[in-house]
Amino acid sequence: MATVTRELGSRLLHTMKLMRELEHRIENLYRQGKIVGGVFIGRGQEAISAGSAIQTLPDDVVCPSHRDLAAFLLRGLPPWMLVANYLGRKDAPTRGRDGNTHMGALPLGIISYISSMAAIVPVANGVAFSFQYRKQPNVVLCYFGDGATSRGEWHEALNFGAVFKLPIVYLCNNNQYAYSTPVSRQMAVEHITDRAQGYGIPCQRVDGNDVLAVYAATGKAIARARKGEGPTLVECETFRMTGHSAHDGAEYVPQELFEKWKKKDPILRFEKYLLDHKLLSRRGIDELYAKVQAEVEAAVTRAEQSPYPDPGELLEGVYASAEEDHSPQMTRGKRETGSCQ
Amino acid sequence: MPVMTYLEAIRQGIWEEMERDDRVFMLGEDIGAYGGAFKLSAGMQEHFGPNRIVDTPLAENAFVGAAIGAAMMGLRPIVEMQFADFISTCYDLIVNYAAKARYRWGAGVPIVIRGPSGGGVHGGPFHSNNPEIAFVHTPGLKVVVPATAYDAKGLIKAAIRDPDPVLYFEHKLLYRRIKEDVPADDYIVPLGQARVARAGTDISVITYGAMVYVALEAAEKLIREGNGVNVEVIDLRCLVPLDSEAVLASVRKTSRVILLHEDTRTAGFAGELAAQIACDAFDYLDAPVLRVTAPDCPVPYSPPLEDAFLPKAADVIAAVRRSMAY
Repeated sequence: MATVTRELGSRLLHTMKLMRELEHRIENLYRQGKIVGGVFIGRGQEAISAGSAIQTLPDDVVCPSHRDLAAFLLRGLPPWMLVANYLGRKDAPTRGRDGNTHMGALPLGIISYISSMAAIVPVANGVAFSFQYRKQPNVVLCYFGDGATSRGEWHEALNFGAVFKLPIVYLCNNNQYAYSTPVSRQMAVEHITDRAQGYGIPCQRVDGNDVLAVYAATGKAIARARKGEGPTLVECETFRMTGHSAHDGAEYVPQELFEKWKKKDPILRFEKYLLDHKLLSRRGIDELYAKVQAEVEAAVTRAEQSPYPDPGELLEGVYASAEEDHSPQMTRGKRETGSCQ
Repeated sequence: MPVMTYLEAIRQGIWEEMERDDRVFMLGEDIGAYGGAFKLSAGMQEHFGPNRIVDTPLAENAFVGAAIGAAMMGLRPIVEMQFADFISTCYDLIVNYAAKARYRWGAGVPIVIRGPSGGGVHGGPFHSNNPEIAFVHTPGLKVVVPATAYDAKGLIKAAIRDPDPVLYFEHKLLYRRIKEDVPADDYIVPLGQARVARAGTDISVITYGAMVYVALEAAEKLIREGNGVNVEVIDLRCLVPLDSEAVLASVRKTSRVILLHEDTRTAGFAGELAAQIACDAFDYLDAPVLRVTAPDCPVPYSPPLEDAFLPKAADVIAAVRRSMAY
């Protein structure tokens, strides 16, 4: 088990709580009709992105999936920008072109996933390949859910990562359901790790609701990758405490599963750990939570102040603009459109 | 100027770009020691090493995805599709990831995906396709279709330097059949500039790829027949960005137009050209816009069937006569 300092403990708790409260507000904004698109949250799964992304160095890269909000926060994306992306505002990372957590920020080392979620895995390999190509001692954390592991892209990518010994950690957020499909309908083997072993990738399976277990396993996997020993798959077992998205009541999930997993809440468990080990007092935790609430309020206020994008920007960025175009010979970056549309 | 084949011109273009920019590398199936299914990369791994001419597992999603990720990190990957037909296996990564990344979150994806397309070599339904239109219809991608050795080199170099994802469809029938003088030095053919392959006065044939030669053959036959029809042939070179001005200028000059492509007919590129001409040059037309294309069926294997499938000079001549008689 990792040694936990007060500073690390506070940071982990703060990140998990911020993720939960931000997502709670995001759900409310959806119910208020202010968020018009899908809302996909990771309630109960905060330990996975928090416990892993906290281990990255500035030049490392994360490829978070949709229930890994803490990875965005830990890489330095301001919380208001996450809210603004959900709200479809101009100052958001996608400037209103895309919603929810479909976003990236190259200067922060965040690469965006797409809705066909396994697609990020071969792309993340390419980032790791670039580190290898440039002999750069960096690593990639690539996140995905149990559903993504049924896709061909995932299988091709794991094999490719193993063959090239890429500096990457494959992090599976196994929350037991892909939309309404239980994991027993995804695969005939018991664990995601059983799938990866066929590719010669070492695997670790951890309690995904235990932030320190995730932290320790990811730390080991990152160290391996940084040493040039290749990829590791870390399967984090958890449970989706919500529907697939905010519109989904998850009636298909047996109620007792929610009851069972509620008792394993990663934030409450880590609170207890911090208290038991006298790393934080109850009062210290309450102060930290009050700070989180203030951050969430400030984020929502700032996001709502951001204007909507101007429809005149509709066609911007389909292709590189002339300034972005480093090929002086390129004369036409945009499609020609005739007088009739 | 050295005489070289269309295939050698592509190789030389890639070679030169790899020499001038160490961010450029190529990955794909059997391209290393083997030199590629058509030997386009023969000798390249020896020269550049296995880290820059990268043999991959037989998994298009894996290596196209890897190229996308590496490109976002500032490298300049070239992907070889062993046959253009196989691009359907990684459609998701190209149209959902690469094409949309800049628009969605400002991440440019400067990759080139290149490979042999087209029929005429008895490759059958899985080694003869012309898959360009799916990508023409995807905003964010550029589509290059070279016909000459000179253009093949200049366009591959432009594609590699381009900041956006470029699909570069070679025509396998031209690989060793086309031999021309090609400058041994560094030159670029800019993306989005069509070429007048043959200047004419009476009717325009707008085409690209291997069909440029079919159009030229038809034009020469018509001259030899001595019936006074002087055909202009426009080689588009790129479908995206499209040089609409060159198309319209030719149509305005001749007032008659045949749209020719090897791809199948329905919703093929000729349909888009016809719409643009109808919008922007309607007043100049003296006859209906005609299409000469492959029919709507898979590319068959057996010689008489494949022959019947591919557009021929005779088809172009028949269309010219129909147009002239209107």
